[in-house]
Amino acid sequence: MSEPFEPRIVGFLCNWCSYAGADLAGTSRIPYPPNIRIIRVPCSGRVDPMLAMKAFLEGADGVIVLGCHPGDCHYSEGNYHARRRLVLFHRLLEFFGVERDRFRLDWVSASEGVRFAQVVGEFTEAVRRLGPRRRPEAVLEGSR
Amino acid sequence: MARVGVFVCHCGSNIAATVDVAKVAEEAVKMDHVVYATHYVYMCSTPGQELIQQKIQEYQLDRVVVAACSPRMHERTFRKATAQGGLNPYLMEQANIREHDSWVHADIPVATEKAIEIVRMAVAKAVGLAPLEAAQVGITKRCLVIGGGIAGVQAALDVAEAGYEVVIVEREPSLGGHMAQLDKTFPTLDCSACILTPKLVDAAQHPKIKLYTYSEVVGVKGFVGNFQVTIRRKPRYVDEKLCTGCGICWNSCPLRPRVQEDGTVKGGFPSKFEANLGRRAAIYVPFAQAVPLVPVIDTEHCTWFVKGGKCGLCAQKCPRGAVNYTQSEELITEPFGAIIVATGFDLFDARALGEYGYGRYPDVITGLELERLMNASGPTHGHVLRPSDGRPPKTVVLVSCVGSRDEKIGRPYCSVVCCMYLAKHAIMLKEHDPEVEVYNFYMDIRAGGKDYDEFTRRAIEQYGAHYLRGRVSQVYERDGKLIVEGVDTLIGRPVEIQADLVVLATGITAPEGARELFQTLNISYNQYAFINEAHPKLQPVETNTDGILLAGCATGPKDIPATVAQASGAAAKAIGILSKETLIANPMVAEVNERECVACQLCVQVCPYRAIEMTTTRRGKPVAHVNPSVCKGCGLCVNACRGGAINLKGFTDQQLVSQVSALLAEPLAEVLDER
Repeated sequence: MSEPFEPRIVGFLCNWCSYAGADLAGTSRIPYPPNIRIIRVPCSGRVDPMLAMKAFLEGADGVIVLGCHPGDCHYSEGNYHARRRLVLFHRLLEFFGVERDRFRLDWVSASEGVRFAQVVGEFTEAVRRLGPRRRPEAVLEGSR
Repeated sequence: MARVGVFVCHCGSNIAATVDVAKVAEEAVKMDHVVYATHYVYMCSTPGQELIQQKIQEYQLDRVVVAACSPRMHERTFRKATAQGGLNPYLMEQANIREHDSWVHADIPVATEKAIEIVRMAVAKAVGLAPLEAAQVGITKRCLVIGGGIAGVQAALDVAEAGYEVVIVEREPSLGGHMAQLDKTFPTLDCSACILTPKLVDAAQHPKIKLYTYSEVVGVKGFVGNFQVTIRRKPRYVDEKLCTGCGICWNSCPLRPRVQEDGTVKGGFPSKFEANLGRRAAIYVPFAQAVPLVPVIDTEHCTWFVKGGKCGLCAQKCPRGAVNYTQSEELITEPFGAIIVATGFDLFDARALGEYGYGRYPDVITGLELERLMNASGPTHGHVLRPSDGRPPKTVVLVSCVGSRDEKIGRPYCSVVCCMYLAKHAIMLKEHDPEVEVYNFYMDIRAGGKDYDEFTRRAIEQYGAHYLRGRVSQVYERDGKLIVEGVDTLIGRPVEIQADLVVLATGITAPEGARELFQTLNISYNQYAFINEAHPKLQPVETNTDGILLAGCATGPKDIPATVAQASGAAAKAIGILSKETLIANPMVAEVNERECVACQLCVQVCPYRAIEMTTTRRGKPVAHVNPSVCKGCGLCVNACRGGAINLKGFTDQQLVSQVSALLAEPLAEVLDER
């Protein structure tokens, strides 16, 4: 029997809500799967789809972007920009040969430590079920 | 090659209990660019910080990575330590191995490997960091207060007392706001005007305070320390400098209201200050203690304006020649360092709830109208008389939560003050006429303030007001009486009361024009057009725009003590800004690469702070320019830029990509196999 597949997940978290929510999960000692690696960004609106695509190209099995809830953005409207751009990116993922469930855009506030752990847990489980991602080479070959 | 030093913190046992800190340091030193790595029990302690400073010198480090708690906790501390070690503070990167690792994972090998990866990502980012210099900007030592109610006046007085110039902009002809309309205040039953008007006079006479009444803010440019505000001064048609407020004009206006022999009033026009229960002339001051005591002309009704130059009696009679029919609107622009928004509230229009019959039956009135009826300087000289027949009511029904806590009309919030002012109304009605029966339909009694619950109990126990827990379903007229149908949920029975007067506790809503003003100010507000605080708990008097502060009901319903406290809080914040000689801006801002910029202006459109303006290079090429003092560093423009000409310092594309690459260079599967 081989070991269960452990996906590698990159999380882009906005500094004001979701990164603070992840901090709160820590302060409250709420456990969640260790697979996520968090990259702090000022705002979910800073997450260029290029960054998410770069993570997939480099071999990430899942990418999650978390920002402030709609209406709560520290920069007033950054998360709306994120939503518009990343929803479109999400639709294009399959075209790139990446299963849609490997990407998630969601909202976690600074007071939602429990929700952070829950979202990350769910996402990790979903990606684990999908198994390892096809290598970029395979994706490129498939498209030829 | 960069020379990176890695400092791993134990945080006592907070990190060290689940992360093998020695192993993290051992692995860190093997990473590219890392020349030194160590671990220490408390990196944030004085010896911990000194360790960083020492090693920067000893190993000639040019980047520092501190693997410890969240940067939201100690980023400043470690930046300072880095700076004291002789490096630019922005060459420090913090790796969060506590909140994001040791506190959420129990398994030591898993947590240790995760810590190593987090450090690897931080090192990769650190290598790409560039030194940043914070810009310094000068400050205009003047404060603008928008709104001349109790919040604005209190804030203005506090800032002026600290020695700074203040301008109050009030859109009505007089200072005072809603508090000036109230009769008494709960729970002390102080006369509202008696405690308010001395403050208005203080503000008007203060050498540091300038009043722009009958004026509105129409444009705001700039940023904290350096706002340029455009104010529209509406014409009053009376020269403020010449007028003495003698009253000859409004007493000689042919359209003035006149008391008839039977006591009724004929002529004049409904007075907004008197909640439309009283009447005024076409040239008027809103109330006797108005500040400034200078009338305005109502051009909708004044014969001179309506009939093109006829009448002119007020100008003839004015002993100072202050009436000037040719005055015109004036736009003035002034510089300010800080802005306090104290725009207050309006009352919910009870006509939207037809079941209560407001607007249909003259004896269904609002709480504010009752305030005016009870006030000695009000339209009935302090006698509570029914608007329909001028007779004193014997049975009064008070209805709470009209336009508050009501999902179906989109106002789920509590208006905070109504429970208390209804208790006050119950007491005052009994004080005016001990024979009157007062019924109060309530949902819950919310009396959370100091002495508030005692006050409500007094209304019930000492004054004998009948409190009925339940809603009113409808109000209608039958045989000259108002029939109030409701339910008393405590006895579980429908109730019908034959009332002479029904008082609706209309809730607090955002004032007209609030959204437009807040957009002009570029501050965020919620779905009810109440301003969002920068942080609802820890920054309650600040907005998301630096230098713009808040006081009073502009952020949501509030009573007078809370408003005054908040106004003084906002004033303290304003003084904090104005007392500095220069402001240090956040250096982690966006920057345009002028060579790459094609002046498409997409960045200008997405910037929530209007920090980007178009300019031209020395060679005349049009390019975007980010004002570093206005930019808040969100990075929206970076993504909007199609040519990749904008980058966000501290979060550049290259820095973020290097974090991704560093993480994924090491296969996680192998890491887990070793276990």
